[in-house]
Amino acid sequence: MSDTVILNNNDMVISKTSVSVLFAGDSGDGMQLTGTQFANTVAVYGSDLNTFPNFPSEIRPPAGTVAGVSGFQLQFGTTGVYTPGAKFDVMIAMNAAALKANLKNLHHGGIIIADSEGFDAKNLNLSGYGETNNPLEDGTLTDYTVFKIPVISLTRQALADTGLSTKIIDRCKNMFVLGVLYWLYSLPLETTIETLQSKFKNKQDIADANIKAVKAGYNFGDETEMFSQHGRFRVPPAQKKGGVYRRVTGNEASAIGLAAAAKKAGLELFLGSYPITPASEILQTLAGLKKWGVKTFQAEDEIAGILTSIGAAYGGALAATNTSGPGLALKTEGMGLAVILEVPLVIINVMRGGPSTGLPTKPEQSDLLMAMYGRHGEAPMPVIAAMSPVDCFYAAYEAAKIAVEYMTPVLCLTDGYLALSSEPMLVPSPDDLATITPVFSPERKADEPAYLPYKRDERGVRPWGIPGTPGLEHRIGGLEKQNETGHVSHDPENHALMTRLRAEKVAKVADIIPDLTIDNGPEKGDLLVLGWGSTYGAIKKAVEQVREGGLDVAHAHLRYINPFPKNLGAMLGNFKKVLIPENNCGQLLSLIRDKFLIEPVGFSKVQGLPFNEMEIEEKITDILKEL
Amino acid sequence: MTDTHTCLTAKDFTSNQEPKWCPGCGDFMVLQQLKNAMAELCLKTEEVVVVSGIGCSSRLPYYINTYGVHGIHGRAMAMASGLKAARPDLSIWVGTGDGDALSIGGNHYIHTVRRNLDINVVLFNNEIYGLTKGQYSPTSKVGLRTVTSPTGVVDYPINTIALTLGAGGTFVARVMDRDGKLMKEIFKRAHNHKGTSIVEIYQNCPIFNDGAFGAFSDKERKDDTTLHLEQGQPLVFGANGSKGIHLDGFKPTVIDLEKSGVSKDDLWIHDENDLIKANILSRFFDDPNSTEEFLPRPFGIFYVEDRFTYEQALDAQIDKAQEKGEGTLEELLAGNSTWTIN
Repeated sequence: MSDTVILNNNDMVISKTSVSVLFAGDSGDGMQLTGTQFANTVAVYGSDLNTFPNFPSEIRPPAGTVAGVSGFQLQFGTTGVYTPGAKFDVMIAMNAAALKANLKNLHHGGIIIADSEGFDAKNLNLSGYGETNNPLEDGTLTDYTVFKIPVISLTRQALADTGLSTKIIDRCKNMFVLGVLYWLYSLPLETTIETLQSKFKNKQDIADANIKAVKAGYNFGDETEMFSQHGRFRVPPAQKKGGVYRRVTGNEASAIGLAAAAKKAGLELFLGSYPITPASEILQTLAGLKKWGVKTFQAEDEIAGILTSIGAAYGGALAATNTSGPGLALKTEGMGLAVILEVPLVIINVMRGGPSTGLPTKPEQSDLLMAMYGRHGEAPMPVIAAMSPVDCFYAAYEAAKIAVEYMTPVLCLTDGYLALSSEPMLVPSPDDLATITPVFSPERKADEPAYLPYKRDERGVRPWGIPGTPGLEHRIGGLEKQNETGHVSHDPENHALMTRLRAEKVAKVADIIPDLTIDNGPEKGDLLVLGWGSTYGAIKKAVEQVREGGLDVAHAHLRYINPFPKNLGAMLGNFKKVLIPENNCGQLLSLIRDKFLIEPVGFSKVQGLPFNEMEIEEKITDILKEL
Repeated sequence: MTDTHTCLTAKDFTSNQEPKWCPGCGDFMVLQQLKNAMAELCLKTEEVVVVSGIGCSSRLPYYINTYGVHGIHGRAMAMASGLKAARPDLSIWVGTGDGDALSIGGNHYIHTVRRNLDINVVLFNNEIYGLTKGQYSPTSKVGLRTVTSPTGVVDYPINTIALTLGAGGTFVARVMDRDGKLMKEIFKRAHNHKGTSIVEIYQNCPIFNDGAFGAFSDKERKDDTTLHLEQGQPLVFGANGSKGIHLDGFKPTVIDLEKSGVSKDDLWIHDENDLIKANILSRFFDDPNSTEEFLPRPFGIFYVEDRFTYEQALDAQIDKAQEKGEGTLEELLAGNSTWTIN
């Protein structure tokens, strides 16, 4: 991060390559909205961007307390933005509790923009600082650059002539703060103004007041000496590929990926689902896509979620279900049925901390072995893991393609971190998306040979003979079936054969998945950092930084976990050591050791928190010292 | 069903699989009447799907020459619901039992009933677990001695009809396995009813629970213990129609028509569209084997309601959303808010 100081119109402008910002306030302060506005502005400005919301886990925690702090974290910049940022450069603290809850994650020397009116005696008491210990005054923050702004007073002043009630004016205070931040980072106000105009298009006075507050905040920055001595910053836009962009969270991307796959395949999308944190937004997003013919079915439980989907798949729909750990546990019997029926089905599992209810709002990668093996009987199914919010789109899309073309359930793993994080997505053109070709059986005439629902093609895939098609009437079920005919069979040799055929079909998916490539670093060397899923950003950043520091380390990231890419074994053989960081106790490590008989170095973090790049850098450095 | 093709016969609905039910099992009658009804309804084999869970009754799909899918224990109604939501054009029949539908699948049962998807549920109630060899079921009578209740069942049994009405059922019927004629007629009505049709069948299991319904099927007793519901007709039962049911406020009482001199016209007249009366009828649940004073067990159609189906409502929402045309893939990918980088 090379910071350049430029003097410009008497303003001191410091150029930065990336900045991490936290908006923190009481859950009633509108921090999610304010952070989203800022994110939209930098996105349109052309920055790279990654955001992550941090809600209180209770619906209505007591106002003013640490438990009630709501945060919205984002990182934006010119290059190197892969995560919402491990630590913040800037923190907006709307009250004392917000500061107390988050100060530990502010970089030393970082900037605090504090609403000084949120540090009154009442707020200080509620926050736990105590009314006599105001951190803004008592020297606690000498290591930081602190801007104390009486936000409510200034907002009231600015909006005094609007004729609106004090209550409504006070609600504009977050827009005032946003304006200050736009000034500080030399960002334009247009995106926010346009959003406010359209959001309040039937309430012009409210729109005007909010716009006035943003402008007042911006002007406050311009006119106040407090800021001019410190200067302002400029973060040049990223060198992004030209095109149309949208911002997506991982869950939105998963939903759109499924809907896009259905459209591309010419199928109807059916989602059977039961609400569960942090996966519900997939159901919510798809429920709003009726214009695209999407059918969502909020089932009575997780089991019905998958069983309704299996019914729809049997009927010829692109069927999917989504859930998180506890729900996946309930769906396991259904997954086994989908395996033996050999119907296409996508199961999106948004992983969270477990076991049991565990940490519902916190991410973890601890369902990998369950995804691989969590079914009774020999029941293999393809497993794909998304590695970024945007990649949730492609992972869901590819899962659907494999499901439909291989007549198999596919597990698509994301997690709570990807699900809620957002980043800009280059909108693909429909032609850029891979084709998806269902294997429907055509109508059969009476004089043609009997229909064989389990007669496989050269890839081992059975045909999809859907009800309503004359001549294909057949009966199938969860009982083991005779090869080709699908009739119930308890024959020992036949069961061995069918078990093998089902496994071979899944293994053959490797024929269409791309080879694993080195994301960064040499093809051969001392250390390969092998990641999967949401650790991508942190590992990428860490490897970039150690490489800048002269260490010769490589990074590869697995998206296809079952089957593995064909070249994985060869790639692992090219490195003296393999490091596998994962948010579990070594599950990918077990799979790799089992399959390739090597002993990788594991690096576990099971705190309900994603890795930060510093932790991984440190681990890499330690390993290289031992080599 | 318009007759645009030559109607098939019951034989055309017979699959090439030999039923693997015990000799004398009540399931054979259900299978036969189902095929008869499908033929008389002039259904095509390709438009019918028989869905089932696990249990003796859930073998049903294998024996009917239509599409069929045999799922997992308790989940037939969930699977059928997804299939119907995705494919409203199909005629979907669920074969399920008292264990499958009311025990392990109880949750799916009540929610399917309230959603009112247009599916026909044939609920084989034999008050026992047959396939697993004789454990008691949620409809077993208190005191029944089985392998898992050697000293008698202490679970109070489910009243299927009352449960179904409570869950918002729109077509609720009961029939005895031996009464093939009524069964076929009820299956046809169930098919023509747009909504979830529940047909409870008292099905004798000659191996593990033989005679469970003897009180209602034995020739010498059934006149006094059963009541046949006919739309618009007074509730009359007993040998030669000698008894009737009179509704005294909310209290049903048995009237001896010969002794009391009460006319049939003064009896309770069956109205299958009256939910309150259907609820009272559902509570005619006495066990004639354990009490001298009992109300007769009703058979026939308890209740029918014309209500929107789930799939109609869902399709209507989609049609409305697509009033100005279906969304394109381009629109889907772009979403509502985009920006351009040059």
